[in-house]
Amino acid sequence: MKSVQISISSLLLLCLNGCQPSIEQARPEGLVYCAEGAPETFNPQLVTSGTTIDAISQHLYDRLLDIDPTDGKLLPGLALSWSVSADGLTYRFVLRTDVHFHQTSYFTPSRLLSPADVEFTFNRMLDHQHPYYRASVEYPYFDSVGWQDLVKHVKAVSADTIEFQLNQPDSSFLSVLATDFAAILSAEYGEQLIKAGQPNLLDSQPIGTGPFIFANYSKNQLIRYRQNQQYWQQQVHLPQLVIDIVPDNTKRLAKLLTQECDIAPLPRLAELKMLAQRPGFVVTEQTSMNVGYWAFNTQKPPFNQIKVRQALALAVDKQHMLQAVYFNQAEIAHSVLPPNSWAYESQLPTTSFDLVKAKQLLSEAGYPNGFQMDIWAMPVQRTYNPNAQKMAELLQADLAKIGVKAKIVSFEWNAFRRKLRDGEHDSVLIGWSADNADPDNFFRPLLSCAAAISGGNRANWCNESFDQLIGSALLTTEQQQRRSYYLAAQQFLQQEMPLVPIAHSKKFQVQNIQVQNISINPYGGINFASTTKSPRSPISGANR
Amino acid sequence: MIWRYLARRAFLLVFVMFALTGFVFSLNFMFPTEAMLTAGVLPANTSANVLSQYITYCQQLLLGHWGTSLATQQPILGEVLALLPATIELAAAALLFSLFAGIPLGLLAAVRKDRWLDRLISGAALIGFSMPVFWWALLLIMVFSLHLGWLPTSGRLSVLYDVPHQTGFLVLDILRSELADKTAALSNAFIHLLMPMLVLACYPTTVMVRFVRGSMLNVLEKNYIKTARAKGLSRGQVLWHHGMRNALLPVTRQIGLQFSSLLTLAMLTEVIFSWPGIGQWLIDSIYQRNYPAIQAGVLVLSTLVILVNILTEILHTVFDPLARKL
Repeated sequence: MKSVQISISSLLLLCLNGCQPSIEQARPEGLVYCAEGAPETFNPQLVTSGTTIDAISQHLYDRLLDIDPTDGKLLPGLALSWSVSADGLTYRFVLRTDVHFHQTSYFTPSRLLSPADVEFTFNRMLDHQHPYYRASVEYPYFDSVGWQDLVKHVKAVSADTIEFQLNQPDSSFLSVLATDFAAILSAEYGEQLIKAGQPNLLDSQPIGTGPFIFANYSKNQLIRYRQNQQYWQQQVHLPQLVIDIVPDNTKRLAKLLTQECDIAPLPRLAELKMLAQRPGFVVTEQTSMNVGYWAFNTQKPPFNQIKVRQALALAVDKQHMLQAVYFNQAEIAHSVLPPNSWAYESQLPTTSFDLVKAKQLLSEAGYPNGFQMDIWAMPVQRTYNPNAQKMAELLQADLAKIGVKAKIVSFEWNAFRRKLRDGEHDSVLIGWSADNADPDNFFRPLLSCAAAISGGNRANWCNESFDQLIGSALLTTEQQQRRSYYLAAQQFLQQEMPLVPIAHSKKFQVQNIQVQNISINPYGGINFASTTKSPRSPISGANR
Repeated sequence: MIWRYLARRAFLLVFVMFALTGFVFSLNFMFPTEAMLTAGVLPANTSANVLSQYITYCQQLLLGHWGTSLATQQPILGEVLALLPATIELAAAALLFSLFAGIPLGLLAAVRKDRWLDRLISGAALIGFSMPVFWWALLLIMVFSLHLGWLPTSGRLSVLYDVPHQTGFLVLDILRSELADKTAALSNAFIHLLMPMLVLACYPTTVMVRFVRGSMLNVLEKNYIKTARAKGLSRGQVLWHHGMRNALLPVTRQIGLQFSSLLTLAMLTEVIFSWPGIGQWLIDSIYQRNYPAIQAGVLVLSTLVILVNILTEILHTVFDPLARKL
């Protein structure tokens, strides 16, 4: 199989420069987005995986607030306006009153969006009496920001106003509500399903308010959405949107070239130049808030020793990885925070590649002859790490020089994440993409004790002083003060080294020139609400 | 006479199915017990003796309880039934192609033995015979999809066509769907089928060419052909009435023999062209260590091969009076 794929890619490379494919057929109208993986669910509350969010969230749902892609500021979404009380504990949102829920073969809404829907959505993760509370084991993103302890109650105060009462101030609260995970569900649909005795359908047959309506899903093959003609924000132009699931990178590229796909994420960085030169295709580049890292399972010896972790961190040749894995389309990470975050501190001390010192630290920790370990390399390509397998091989070679024998392990993506959550790994090459512009998004979901329990903390690292630092940063809205807390937190991480940040990558997307007005948010999914597709591409038109 | 023959075949079928289910059942013990229990393939009562477990297992198979897939948590039988038509469609198209292309070419080569046409056909057949299927597939993709842009690289139908899954056979599903332009959808399905079919048909076609050529040459040596010629029948009449009928008799049997290699190649073809059939599903299941699915895949594909073999044997016997005496 592997050899088949390799030969496909080499053939493609041969062909890329000279060929002019254009399959022209009288096809029904619509946009095909070739995704790299299948969604786990159709409810964004239940996941943190970027693959799932890209495939579902922005198409089906809306949020109370949105994020401006250009500067990261908050914009009104389903909420027209909002106000925060002086003590920072009460948040009030005035909702739009002209928002329709989707009408499908399985649900006909009888009313417009109301505060009851917002209550339903957020109480699901809060209230143990909520009929859907038990329908899911966990709400990974909300668990990691401590939703249960943070929010006292959510309730409607008038026909168009909803109130969130917090237990303590949290300066990242509005950002949390603007993430793709905080999608608003329909309370009426929830009741209908309870009556029908099929509550589990809430997460697999979705109803939202977004620009597209769910039509059908063939597992691991495709998702079909139809245009929402009653979308409140604007007229949706595409009659249908198909998410074609093509996990193989080379096949995704081939489908793009033959115009079976209109747009594909995650092109292989090695092929970017060739794609950019081809007529008929556009490569778009964005800065993205993300970090690729190597996390140690700090619950397992010898990774519970700081010295061992520091030694291993010194054995990471980031410069080499940048060339071999990211093709220089990234920058070296010195901290989990990317440089475009306002809390980034350029004066932070850096770890350099130093095998002699690494060896010395290992001896001090009691492993002069090294040890054996597993490196888990994720099986899929993500923006933050386009080729974990390759990265693992580079790491393996360097680790061998300090006497550490590393074995590379990989599983199918869903099993991989499950086993990670269960903490079966020694160390893992994985990463994180920001969901909002708040720096907190890089700390609590990744390294807090709450995240260690809910599984988002791949290092299984729980440190109370660190939790206190990032907790204090949330109690104030004063940016300068928050910045100093986050600086201390980053220095703390530098010392403790539960994970080694490797790179902050740029995000690329290849699309057919016929497709216009795609909005890609650096903080989350892709949005096709205002996208249009011209019927015939200029090149094939010229060929006729 | 024919009834006794059929009874004997039926008896053989029972015996082979017994061996096959026995083997598949034994996989329950070779695969991790935990996985098989989760999938519901293994009865919870493992203390019973092996024979009664086997009987329970066969009952479950007949009742359609094939367990649930570890990858999707869906009933396996449902998945198999949804995917099998795609494989049958592809294999049948390739088999038909190999008959319609292979037989005339083989006959032509035999008639023109040792002339340039024969050399050309036999040479091409030899090349096709020795060409690895995935290499051939990649060449075609490179030329027809990436270079010329005529044919799509994967799937059965453009994803923009919303054809609800009913029978699984695409042509039927399209005709029963509510699409406005069914002709466009059918022609789209055809161009999707073309390349996988050509790739898959390559090996059986070349085998057919070589087989038919050999068989025809063999027949042409026979005394009754010489007699017919001596009696004054024209060359065309002899070939048509006496040569071809006898040369093609062994072909039915050959189809049965080729069917298992056809299915093996279909698996590779499905993977390369992302054809959503049972071969690709089985290979994915192996990667995902989805044991109950592997078990079901083996069972279904083997059953298919056995059935086709028996069917062609019976057809062969019907056509060939000589075979009935055996």
